[in-house]
Amino acid sequence: MVTTVTSFGRSGLSDWLLQRFTALILLTYTLCVGSFLVLHPQLDYSTWAGYMGSTPMKVFSLMALLSIVAHAWIGLWSVSTDYLTVRMIGPRGNMIRILFQASYAIVLFAYLVWGVQILWGN
Amino acid sequence: MLQVSVYRYNPETDEKPWMQDIQLDTGGKDLMVLDVLELLKAEDPSLTYRRSCREGVCGSDGLNMNGKNGLGCITPLSKTVKGNRLVLRPLPGLPVIRDLVVDMTMFYQQYEKVKPYLINDQPAPAIERLQSPEERAKLDGLYECVLCACCSTACPSFWWNPDRFVGPSGLLQAYRFLADSRDTATPERLAELDDPYSVFRCHGIQNCVQVCPKGLNPTQAIGHIRNMLLERAT
Repeated sequence: MVTTVTSFGRSGLSDWLLQRFTALILLTYTLCVGSFLVLHPQLDYSTWAGYMGSTPMKVFSLMALLSIVAHAWIGLWSVSTDYLTVRMIGPRGNMIRILFQASYAIVLFAYLVWGVQILWGN
Repeated sequence: MLQVSVYRYNPETDEKPWMQDIQLDTGGKDLMVLDVLELLKAEDPSLTYRRSCREGVCGSDGLNMNGKNGLGCITPLSKTVKGNRLVLRPLPGLPVIRDLVVDMTMFYQQYEKVKPYLINDQPAPAIERLQSPEERAKLDGLYECVLCACCSTACPSFWWNPDRFVGPSGLLQAYRFLADSRDTATPERLAELDDPYSVFRCHGIQNCVQVCPKGLNPTQAIGHIRNMLLERAT
C-alpha cells in the first residue's frame, strides 16, 4: 500500500466515492439554478434573492460549496501528483508540488469561509 | 518499398536517441512487424530488440508501432502501416536500455506487489483444490495475460507514477487472484490496494483495452476490484 498524507481522505476508495458523490451534487445544483434562470427570463433582484435566500436553497448552496471544496481538492491533488513531481519536472518537483497544494488549500479555505458568510451572514 | 523508421539508441556510443530511416523491400508480402525487424537485423546486426516465441505467447516483442503498442510477431503490416510508412519505437514510459529494448523493472515490481500467486491457508487436499466450472469461468479473460507490458506502457497514469500505480497489467493479475475461488487472501489483497495510487489512479481512459494484443480488458478488471473495495468498505 502506498502511503500519502495530502490526499483528501487518505483512502483511494473514499476519495473516489466522494469525487463522484460531489459531482452529482454539483450537477443537480447546476441544473436547479440553471433551470430557475431559464424559467425566469425577466428575472429581477427580489425574485432571485427570494429564491437563493430560502432556507432549502441556502442548505443546498452550502452543500454545493462544500462539494466544490472536496471535489477541487481531490481533482487538483491528482493533477499535482501526476505532473508536479521530481519525475516530471526535476529535483524541485517536491517543493513546487507542496507549494501548489498549500496555495490551493488556502484558496479553497478562503472561498469556503467567504461563501458561508455570503450564505449565512447578516 | 516500405519506409521504415526505427528508434535507435546505444548508450555506449549515442549521446541521445535518433531515428534511423530505412527502405525495405517486403516483396509485396503482408509480413508481421517482427519479420520486418528480422530483415532489418540481417542488414544491420547491431539493431537490438527482444523476441522469442514469434507467435504472441511469450510477450517478449512488445513495441510501439506507428504510435500504438502491440506485439510485433502478431501484428501484420496491413494492420499498422499507414501511407507506406512504419515507425517503430520502444514501449513508451520505461527507460530504454538499447534500441527497442526497455528496462521492465518497474513493470515487474508492480506485478510482484500484487502477489501473483495463489494464497491458501487451508490444509492442502490429497490431490488438488477443486473448482466448479462456474468458478473456473471467472478466470477467463484474466489468466491469458502474457505480461508484454503493452497495456501498462500505454497508460498515462503509469507513465506519471510507475512506482505507485500498479498499472493495468498488474491490476488484471490482482483481480485474477481476487476472483479465484481457491484463494483465501482476499481481505489482505484488497487492503493492500485501498490507497489513492495503486488502483485509483486509473481514470478509465481504456488505452489498455485498446492495445492489449490478447484482447483482454484490464479496465473491466479494475472496475471489479473497485466494486470489491466498495462492498468491503461501505
